[in-house]
Amino acid sequence: MSLSSLLLFAADAGPALPGYTFAGPWILRNVWLLPLIPALSFLAILFFGKRLPFKGAEIGIASVLSILALAIVANIAWFDHRDNYESEKAEDAAGLLLSDEYATVAIDGEPDSLLLSADAGEGGEAAHGSTAVRNEATWFQSGGQEFKVGTLVDGQAVMMLFVVTFISTLVHVFSTEYVAGDRRYTHYFAFLSLFTASMLLLVVSASTIQFITAWELVGVCSFALIGHWWEEKPNSDAALKAFLTNRVGDIGLLVGMIILFFSAGQTFDIVKINTMALAGEIPQRNLTIAALCLMAAVMSKSGQFILHTWLPDAMAGPTPVSALIHAATMVVAGVYMIARLYGVFFVGFSIEGSPVNPMALIGMFTLIFAGLLAFVQDDIKKVLAYSTVSQLGYMVMALGVGAWTAGMFHLFTHAFFKAGLFLGAGSVAHSVHSFDMKKDMGGMRKFMPTTYKTFIICTLALVGIFPFAGFWSKDEILVGTGGWGLFGGTGGNGNYTLMLIGGIFGAALTGAYMTRVIYLTFFGEFRHVAHHDDHAVDHGHADDAHDAHANHDPHEHGPAITIPLILLAGFATLIGLVNLPPGFITGNLESWQERFFHFYEPSAAAYFPAIAHGTPSYTLAIFASVVGLLGVGLAYFYYFVLVDRKSKAMGESLTELPNGPTSKFGILKAGHTLLVEKYYLDHLYTDVIAGGTKGPLAKAVYWFNQNVLDATVDGVGRTSVIAGKAVYEHIDQTVIDGAVNLSGVVSSETGAGLRKTQNGKIQQYAAYLFAGATLLAGVLIFVI
Amino acid sequence: MLLNQFLLLAAVLFCLGVYGVITRKNGVMVLMSIEMILNAVNINLVAFGAFNGTPIGSVFALFVIAVAAAEVGIGLAIVLLIYRNKKSIDFSEVDLLKG
Amino acid sequence: MNYDNDWFLSVLTFTPLVGALVMMLIPKADEALHKAIALAVSGGLFLFGTFYMLTEFDFDNSGAMQFNFDTNWINVINSRYIVGVDGMALPLILLTLLVVPLCVIYSWDHFPEPANPKAFLILILILETGMIGTFVAEDLILFFVFFEVVLLPMFFMIAVWGGPDRRYASLKFFLFTLFGSALMILAFLSLFFLAEDPSGVALRTFDIQALTEWGGANLTRSAGLLIFGGMFMGFGIKVPMFPFHTWLPDAHTQAPTVGSVILAAVLLKLGTYGFIRIAIPILPQAAVEWAPWIGLLAVIGIIYGALGCLAQTDMKRLIAFSSVSHMGFVMLGIATLTTFGINAAVFGMVAHGLITGILFFVAGSVKDRYHTLEIERLGGLLLQAPRMGWILGFATMASLGLPGLAGFWGEFPAILSAYNPANGVSETIFRTYMVIAAVGTVLAAGYLLWLLQRTAFGEPSEEFANDPEIVDASRFEYVAWAPMLVLIVVLGIFPNLIFKTSDPAVEKSLHPCLSAEGEEFIALDCPAVFGVEVAGG
Repeated sequence: MSLSSLLLFAADAGPALPGYTFAGPWILRNVWLLPLIPALSFLAILFFGKRLPFKGAEIGIASVLSILALAIVANIAWFDHRDNYESEKAEDAAGLLLSDEYATVAIDGEPDSLLLSADAGEGGEAAHGSTAVRNEATWFQSGGQEFKVGTLVDGQAVMMLFVVTFISTLVHVFSTEYVAGDRRYTHYFAFLSLFTASMLLLVVSASTIQFITAWELVGVCSFALIGHWWEEKPNSDAALKAFLTNRVGDIGLLVGMIILFFSAGQTFDIVKINTMALAGEIPQRNLTIAALCLMAAVMSKSGQFILHTWLPDAMAGPTPVSALIHAATMVVAGVYMIARLYGVFFVGFSIEGSPVNPMALIGMFTLIFAGLLAFVQDDIKKVLAYSTVSQLGYMVMALGVGAWTAGMFHLFTHAFFKAGLFLGAGSVAHSVHSFDMKKDMGGMRKFMPTTYKTFIICTLALVGIFPFAGFWSKDEILVGTGGWGLFGGTGGNGNYTLMLIGGIFGAALTGAYMTRVIYLTFFGEFRHVAHHDDHAVDHGHADDAHDAHANHDPHEHGPAITIPLILLAGFATLIGLVNLPPGFITGNLESWQERFFHFYEPSAAAYFPAIAHGTPSYTLAIFASVVGLLGVGLAYFYYFVLVDRKSKAMGESLTELPNGPTSKFGILKAGHTLLVEKYYLDHLYTDVIAGGTKGPLAKAVYWFNQNVLDATVDGVGRTSVIAGKAVYEHIDQTVIDGAVNLSGVVSSETGAGLRKTQNGKIQQYAAYLFAGATLLAGVLIFVI
Repeated sequence: MLLNQFLLLAAVLFCLGVYGVITRKNGVMVLMSIEMILNAVNINLVAFGAFNGTPIGSVFALFVIAVAAAEVGIGLAIVLLIYRNKKSIDFSEVDLLKG
Repeated sequence: MNYDNDWFLSVLTFTPLVGALVMMLIPKADEALHKAIALAVSGGLFLFGTFYMLTEFDFDNSGAMQFNFDTNWINVINSRYIVGVDGMALPLILLTLLVVPLCVIYSWDHFPEPANPKAFLILILILETGMIGTFVAEDLILFFVFFEVVLLPMFFMIAVWGGPDRRYASLKFFLFTLFGSALMILAFLSLFFLAEDPSGVALRTFDIQALTEWGGANLTRSAGLLIFGGMFMGFGIKVPMFPFHTWLPDAHTQAPTVGSVILAAVLLKLGTYGFIRIAIPILPQAAVEWAPWIGLLAVIGIIYGALGCLAQTDMKRLIAFSSVSHMGFVMLGIATLTTFGINAAVFGMVAHGLITGILFFVAGSVKDRYHTLEIERLGGLLLQAPRMGWILGFATMASLGLPGLAGFWGEFPAILSAYNPANGVSETIFRTYMVIAAVGTVLAAGYLLWLLQRTAFGEPSEEFANDPEIVDASRFEYVAWAPMLVLIVVLGIFPNLIFKTSDPAVEKSLHPCLSAEGEEFIALDCPAVFGVEVAGG
């Protein structure tokens, strides 16, 4: 036996459960290449980056470009595999694992046939189940049992592979200009690579322990990148807060995964856990407890209420990092986990046929509360951060109501438009060296036309305006709640009326706060000149507006920044079309509908629950859009009409009405009644709804956020330090150490007493001697 | 044979010796007391030897006498050294062994 | 089995001692020669020993004792010189072989005051003999002797080369450990006198394998509990377990850097190794009854050590307290009495040795430069000595149990195994422990990152801002640290390197009743103390 057998290679294929195979296209069996390449790139940048002409950025970009290409190939291969595997397998008389020849042929399959060959109808789905492709190797063993590390590739995974590699590529490109000349340029790119590797590892994880590994690794990358400028304490504080909050959630992750490990008969295998959960082989109680524990992890990683507080603080990191990690990819890891272990959550929370469950509730609360918080932020990145939290709420809610595909679709579209927004915000901030919308921005549309246009497009997508990407995904979530008779829709997994209302309300909030951001950033007059105080942001160099007034007007950036923006805006516009609802178009193009659902949902696989899909409804789509537009309209009226008018009257660029919103509490119903009454319009909008929402309600939520939730976290930290000190001082040093010292003191005192007898007088010693001898003699005589 | 008388004599001699060792301050007197103790032992040895009819007791007594001679030699040398250092042979003043 | 290699372990054990003897004969002034000899002996032993063991050790049969050598030693008490190594001891021996030369290299150009490399290196070599000897000993008396051999060099190392409070610390270390040893030898002797084979004939042996086969068969319950208790004290103090840990922070804080490293990397493992090699295999029934209490002390140690860390103002002391917390995880794994838990413990021992070793190395180097370890006064290490700062960051990440690095594999499986402890051990109690231990991971992240933030991040304080003495890691430091850093990553990515080796040995060391269930349980005729509710047929 040689040492080499200790290493983990030498994969062996176990018996196949329904829903996956160890055969399949070469690229799908070898997706481990995707995490491996950026991991190697991380090491290369770390050790050789500084000596290279572009300080390591070229290695990073080369690696992400190569994995982007691989991810695209993997997607194409998956499309083919998804449609053809079952039939190919049927043709294979033996029904055994398919050979490698098949795999290579599959990649070469004509892409054109992919869409056409697919069956669009529901009926075709049953015949053509999704078959995940797996590959595995032994990672470690215990008690004679071997535990595997491996890849599990299905629609969900390949979709995510594309999202991660694509956004990561754009962020790499964007960063070459954005962080140019940074203190730790090389290190920055190294960690981008490591993050990409960890995220891809998470995406393809086949076992829960591997999932935990990747989960923690992305957390560390997040830590390192939030604290990128660790010379300043607030940054390292934010990094610590992010890591520790996530660790709190990780308690849930560890415990939940452990429960699943034992409940499913000592296995980390995600497919097996899901399959057993769905087959009813795991007690409901265990599943519910495990699901609740895992929810804690989701709440921390995906910024769900009440563990979301780290995410806005995480904006202390460089903006491209916020776009990649804290908007598009890492924060959706929680959502991704729910989707991965959907069997566990589906059964554990009894999602089917119930009107409410913890996951849906958490999602709904998050989307509303975070949306409200976004109103009171002056920092553009914080608005976007709360917006991210809110959108993550949508995703969790979607999964909570059983609308798996809708949730994943929203994850998909959100990644593009939110990354676009963050990069746009970064582009603006790169010009004005500040993130403060009220003090340092305004009127940016004149200086930065490209950024402005792309930002607007991404905003439209986020708000959910037809036909931008967000519209389709948000609409699908609302459809998926299934909680309505009013709009003529049917289907869904339960009767989640509350979530439907919450989702619609959230759309209005989104519209309103994004309109505010647009106005404050791009409209009005540029305010930075008037406030030329030093905002040491990102690069730490101060602007001196007086010296070179004209030269310091902000300006549009080079292609490294604008091209990613344009690409993301393009995706934000078009990507929603990949999942057109059924019945939206007819005729020859019918097969273009529901492509996302068809390719990416693991339907008819044993590890995935048989979820019902709601039937879309025009009424609902129109109503939700109207509500969203209402939010936009209200905010528009406030800013673009009232504030703008006042600004012109006063001759300066205002950010809100100077007479200030009163603290009257708005009642939505009354607001609606007054909307009809045109005369009260000014009053109503300014004071009641906008004021009420912007003022006390949002402030109260924010106060609660800062003073209750945040303070609790701080308090727990402080208390443990105090407890630690108390325990250390009073118990450790006094009682326990005291006991030890006491024994020493006793022996030393005894010694000191006995020492007196040793006076050096020989005769006295002799006397002792004889006395002793006499005593012994006495014993000898009288006792023995 | 009157063993008891010999033993009694030896015991008395021994006790006198012990008394001397413990109480006398003069170093020479202490040495002499030690000699008395040894001689008490000698008496016992010879007496038991005679009582049991073996010469071993007398042999041991002779051995003890020889060793005692050597011991007295060393003892007196020590006393002499003490005297040189302290100008006195008062044992109560010698406490170099004090712990 | 290959009987031609029976000489190997004895050579391995005693070569350092021979080296030390040679060095004693060379005049003190010849420092270069002393260093060369020490490095040649320890480094050569590492290269040769590692190579020989990796090639000759039968990894497919790592549950069996290999390289056995058995000969008469003290006939009067039938104590024999038996040495052997199996998959459980192998990783620890390799760890010892690695750490010692690294320590020699590290101290190459800066011996702690009062220098005297001759004496210092001789002590290190004697330590190596003691440590390896403990891991290979297969006889209780032999084990005890080696266990104690380790004590003296370490005592002198702390007492002579230590910090300002070294006398107190060294004495505390010595007394504490000796106290435990006294009870331990009592327990060993009781085994010698009480063990009988099934036919009632007294075994009168100290052979660990023979006693493991005997497995406490004829002992009364109370005798078993008492004997286990004696061993528990001996091993538990060395681990150290709460509440016997108070010697550790003092010893670590006062010990010279190299002393701290050896103490953390290997010495603490002697205790845990004792548990898994001697206490649990020989007395499985008593272990079952002790398990909840050991587990309790372990989780108290986890939380308590972490809280202690949060209160520290001294970097080295903080790392020392973190050992209490980390060894708590190891002991929790052991207390579950499952293969999973004990495998995790073996892994945790190696991982903790590497990671805490690195942390102490870095702390020592920080002290060399700043002449203080007051966390308040430090800061900005990443600016002043970037590579050292990164290594510190890496080590803290490894220490807080980041997956992908070695620390995780000691921590997570230990927590996991607590969900489902061995037969007869209360699941409810251990599941509670599991949750508490999971909370401990958060605290661990808290204190370690807080340490990192306060020492490595930020700007350097004014007093050190322009200090010319503060330079990045030196050549010797790199050479000493690099192998440990690489191993932390390699073991994190390929955990099976240890798990596959240790697993068969661990499985063999556990009494079959501990993992039996249902009908198997009846078939094995397990005694009632294993207390499984046998499902009706």
